[in-house]
Amino acid sequence: MAFSDEQLTRYSRHIILKEFGVKGQKKLSRGRVLIVGAGGLGSPAALYLAAAGVGCIGIIDADEVDLSNLQRQIIHGTNDVGKPKADSARASMLAVNPEPEVRAIRAFVNAGNILDLIRDYDFIIDGTDNFPAKFLVNDACVLAGKAFSHAGILRFNGQLMTYVPGQGPCYRCVFKEPPPPEAVPTCRQAGVIGALAGVVGSIQAMEAVKYLAGIGDLLTGVLLTYDALKTAFRRISLPRRADCAVCGEAPSITAPVDYARAACDLS
Amino acid sequence: MPDEHSADLRPDAETDVTSVVCPVTFAKATAALDELENGRILAIRLNDGEAARNVPLSMKDEGHQVLKLTDNGDGTCTLLVRKT
Repeated sequence: MAFSDEQLTRYSRHIILKEFGVKGQKKLSRGRVLIVGAGGLGSPAALYLAAAGVGCIGIIDADEVDLSNLQRQIIHGTNDVGKPKADSARASMLAVNPEPEVRAIRAFVNAGNILDLIRDYDFIIDGTDNFPAKFLVNDACVLAGKAFSHAGILRFNGQLMTYVPGQGPCYRCVFKEPPPPEAVPTCRQAGVIGALAGVVGSIQAMEAVKYLAGIGDLLTGVLLTYDALKTAFRRISLPRRADCAVCGEAPSITAPVDYARAACDLS
Repeated sequence: MPDEHSADLRPDAETDVTSVVCPVTFAKATAALDELENGRILAIRLNDGEAARNVPLSMKDEGHQVLKLTDNGDGTCTLLVRKT
């Protein structure tokens, strides 16, 4: 497949990078990424991946845009309030770049649908906002042998880790199981600074781009934490656990599991 | 260039990047080169000035062999590059 002049112009800043080149751009154009959540993390990730020319991007979210989302969920605009987030995100992505196939999926992920949802994709971005969903995405990706980027943000702090099958720990190796529903505040209760979502979601997009293009080093075996108040990043090396319930040697989890969400999460 | 080498310098493919500006010139030339096997020669038609200055340097920087830059006398140049 040869690029048109328009594509060569659009992607010229990628193509002239020696490490990336035409080959990297072609890999992106054949790449397929699923973004779970069109919220704070999913917004920058989806926009950057669309702009980058990733061939197929799925974006899944069951919610509608709320006015209180707009302080950080930059893929949605004031005129989108009340619209399904997946549709609003898709429109913004195609406004940036009409080339990718963008699939807007209006659904909650659950144990029953997650394996079907991730099947078609090379890389998954976890942009969810609650622990049950994060464990669900992790377990499904491990079971299906899919690479994914985990991220979480709260208040002024963010964290990221990338899972690649056979390389390093999964999310469950690090955090064995979800905390009790009432023990953990969500963004809804504790607040989150808007630009933090931009920093962390953009790193997720970068991980997806590197994975698809096959360049650089991913955050495998590393938990990256970001303290926005101190402007401090930390890289914490983490081993894989042989006794991990999902990716370990004798896994007890062999199918996706739904955990109860905190009552205040249910809307 | 000496005539004895002219047979070696016959381009295997050509691309015209006069309709675009830097750095798209280089992106477009790189994409054309990407279609060729190593050792093949690409003729790139470029505008005098910025493109004629930058594209040969960028090609060298990528490790390709810059063979010849000819002034076409019409405000354009033709650059011959061997893919390596």
